[in-house]
Amino acid sequence: MPDKTAAPEATEAAAKTATTTVTTAPDAVLSANAPKPEKARSLWSDAWRDLRGNPLFLISSALILLLLVISAFPGLFTSASPRDADLANHYLQPPNWGHLFAPDWFGYDGQGRSIYARVIYGARASILVGVGVTLLVTIVGTIVGMLAGYFGGLTDSLLSRITDIFMGIPFMLGALVVLTSFANRAIWVVILALVFLGWTTIARVARGAVVTIKQADYVVAAKALGGSTTRILLKHILPNALAPIIVVATIALGGYIAAEATLSYLGVGLADPTVSWGVDVSSGREQLRNAPFVLIVPSVMVSITVLAFLMFGDAVRNALDPKMR
Amino acid sequence: MITIDKAPVPAPRDAGSAGGPLLEVRDLHVEFATRDGVAKAVNGVNYTVSAGETLAVLGESGSGKSVTAQAIMGILDMPPGRIPKGEILFHGQDMLKMGAEERRQIRGRKIAMIFQDALSSLNPVLSVGYQLGEMFRVHLGLSKKEAKARSIELMDRVKIPAAAARVNDYPHQFSGGMRQRIMIAMALALEPDLIIADEPTTALDVTVQAQVMDLLAELQREYNMGLILITHDLGVVADVADKIAVMYAGRIVETAPVHELYKRPAHPYTRGLLDSIPRLDQKGQELYAIKGLPPNLLRIPTGCAFNPRCPKAQDVCRTDVPPLLQVTEQDGTELPGRGSACHFWKETLHG
Amino acid sequence: MGRYVARRLLQMIPVFIGSTFLIFAMMYALPGDPVRALMGDQSFDPAILAAKRHELGLDLPLWQQYVNYLTGLLQGDFGTEIGSGRPIADIIADAFPVTIRLTLFAFTFMVIVGIGLGVVAGLKPNSIRDRGLLGLTLVLISMPSFVLGYLMQYVFAFQLGWITPTVQDSENMGDLLLPAIVLGSLSLAYVARLTRTSMAENLRADYMRTAVAKGLPRRRIVGVHLMRNSLVPVVTFLGTDIGNLMTGAIVTEGIFNVQGVGDAVYEALFRREGATVVGIASLIVLVYLLCSLLVDLLYAVLDPRIRYA
Repeated sequence: MPDKTAAPEATEAAAKTATTTVTTAPDAVLSANAPKPEKARSLWSDAWRDLRGNPLFLISSALILLLLVISAFPGLFTSASPRDADLANHYLQPPNWGHLFAPDWFGYDGQGRSIYARVIYGARASILVGVGVTLLVTIVGTIVGMLAGYFGGLTDSLLSRITDIFMGIPFMLGALVVLTSFANRAIWVVILALVFLGWTTIARVARGAVVTIKQADYVVAAKALGGSTTRILLKHILPNALAPIIVVATIALGGYIAAEATLSYLGVGLADPTVSWGVDVSSGREQLRNAPFVLIVPSVMVSITVLAFLMFGDAVRNALDPKMR
Repeated sequence: MITIDKAPVPAPRDAGSAGGPLLEVRDLHVEFATRDGVAKAVNGVNYTVSAGETLAVLGESGSGKSVTAQAIMGILDMPPGRIPKGEILFHGQDMLKMGAEERRQIRGRKIAMIFQDALSSLNPVLSVGYQLGEMFRVHLGLSKKEAKARSIELMDRVKIPAAAARVNDYPHQFSGGMRQRIMIAMALALEPDLIIADEPTTALDVTVQAQVMDLLAELQREYNMGLILITHDLGVVADVADKIAVMYAGRIVETAPVHELYKRPAHPYTRGLLDSIPRLDQKGQELYAIKGLPPNLLRIPTGCAFNPRCPKAQDVCRTDVPPLLQVTEQDGTELPGRGSACHFWKETLHG
Repeated sequence: MGRYVARRLLQMIPVFIGSTFLIFAMMYALPGDPVRALMGDQSFDPAILAAKRHELGLDLPLWQQYVNYLTGLLQGDFGTEIGSGRPIADIIADAFPVTIRLTLFAFTFMVIVGIGLGVVAGLKPNSIRDRGLLGLTLVLISMPSFVLGYLMQYVFAFQLGWITPTVQDSENMGDLLLPAIVLGSLSLAYVARLTRTSMAENLRADYMRTAVAKGLPRRRIVGVHLMRNSLVPVVTFLGTDIGNLMTGAIVTEGIFNVQGVGDAVYEALFRREGATVVGIASLIVLVYLLCSLLVDLLYAVLDPRIRYA
């Protein structure tokens, strides 16, 4: 379930990036491999070079860009309103695949609303939830993880136990419990509920990274030179712990979008009048046998969106994980 | 006793014919396909090793010494690796023409290899007893119990204290020197005809280095094995090796019986290597270093590959590849086993 | 080892209490009231409501309610549903075996197929089949289970008519096949990717070269040397995933109308039957915690470099 929003292998890889303490001697045996031109390179410039040439990254970025534009200006893509219901004329009218971008392109749903318009207007909720949750989770998780990892001792034990407790709650179940308690589920409620349950993965990754970095010579040196704790945390530790955090966060983003859709589908996420793909899938299931397009079109949209963010995350991970090179 | 083929002579085909060398590498070429082009790692190497003989292969990283060894062993990554040309005769039979199964039978049983970094070369999740015993179980079909008994014997052989108690320990529980002994034990398990040791002591402390080298030399004498010792450390070689082949950019540039090489090198590169050893009697002087960098294997310089770094380079060095020629005294008497691939070997040797 | 297990079990107690308390608190502290839900939309007398609440102990402070609940739980008393008056232990006894069967089925499926695909891809990194498999797993991961569920239902039940759209008999493995595949598919994709990455990484390890140099047959090199090392992270993932599978069942069971835990929780949630939700959730948390302990122990068995600390 979307609990694994942060794909396990990403967490794994990120943790390894951060904690490569068990190093083996450099492999000098296959020295015949091509000598590389030596240039000053940083992790980030290297990653950027890697990303620019990666078709996966280019395709997913283009898709994400398109989705962002759609969610910001849905009116640009369709003249129809997602809430105009015309039962008399359009009840379950099948799609007209030839009518590109026309209101009847994807047909009409059980309430006579244009599925194309609904799909276009539904993007906003998914993107807002995905981006919002990821941002907040990253902030909360990073702070908790950094504090636990840097200060250690009692702070660490306490924060780690709290993390354990939150991790012990199955994500979907927890989200269901929280969200059923709200009668009015606006987007921010859904976002906060997912953040409430989702920050732990990042916290663990951040803690692991900080524990390793804390022992690095440059941090020890900064401490010896009398740098303030805040300064060391922000100037020395955070920038170096960022790579694994970003890897986990980008991959998680797609998962949060899937989680929102699933919760809305279950009837505890977003609800009318917010247009959401999950809700539309849910309302289409009654007609799955005779009008499958009502369910399939929003389903495909969810999948494409999640896929775009997943590919993006994958590309970022490959670029930032030195082991992949 | 020392022969470096200059002109390939057809060898007798029957395996293990008396007197023939144990291993004979002929005109071996190895290249790797990389993103930036074809890297020519080995460019026509010839050498022989007989039973009981130790050949030291000397060179910087990238000189092709390890790749040659991997080609002999049959553990090159192919692709990207490729052997476009050459023969590797073992007991007179070309291993490059053998089937995969036939080669596997030779690996470990007839030819064994010792790697540089024992910690990463041993499987971290299997006990050393298991990893040693595997040799007996796979090649000799022994039972688990028998294999374990033989493993303990083997560990005793390489002087690991309390072998019986430690047979079930894992590699990370041993010290560096002990781990390398386990690697040696693994290579010795089936008493192979030939052992290839690829920088066996580089990863070890200096004091432990000597112990491990002595052990290896002792066992080699005892079993009368051929030994190819790959190293970049001239110091290690002096005591153990019978003859030396110096490699540069995938070629052998000089070959000689061990002590003669130290006394009178016949190639500027060898001379440079010898001069860069710190010496007590030259305390205070600046240490000599060969200028420049090892060649880029994607673009090996024309002519003699060493010419951009050579203090004695002339025009001919930039155009003609010097063949590995027999080296003679000034009066023309051949120096047995000596060869140099330098246009000006005479000047280098006698100058 | 024994001491380690004992310590881990002790450490689990606060985490278990914390997690279940959190669920309990969310269930009871947030707006929504089972007694009101019981009354439905009809008008009601506040006095009766208050009396009922007092009778059920719902007017006590939250922590006290929780302590009461936990004391009951320790004596094996899961409580009784307010609406139906059914003992919650009965509901659990009905629902759990179904979900456990479904979960184990999905688990087996994902282990066999996931590791299998991962091995096939990982043995030849960056080959066409490897890239194809990576693509396939991306598609699987990007399909939320309700999408995959309805897709399968549509294709196999409505179009091809191979199966009934919903599960008729939860004892029948054939009936559970499709739900199990849908439930396991996401994890399957992760397992395949994890196995693949791990194998591709270990393939380049020095000890693999040693294994070849020892003249071992390929079967043994891959089967013993490569797999033993590559499966360590996979096993870790599998263990922590069982809890996820059980909650994933909420969606899958809904699609295929399986009368399991997910179904029971979902219903109880809307009737605001806190005790049912918390009871089931506690069991899932317990399963999750025990599985992660098991994984830690297994981890140390698989990788001798890990010490019980």
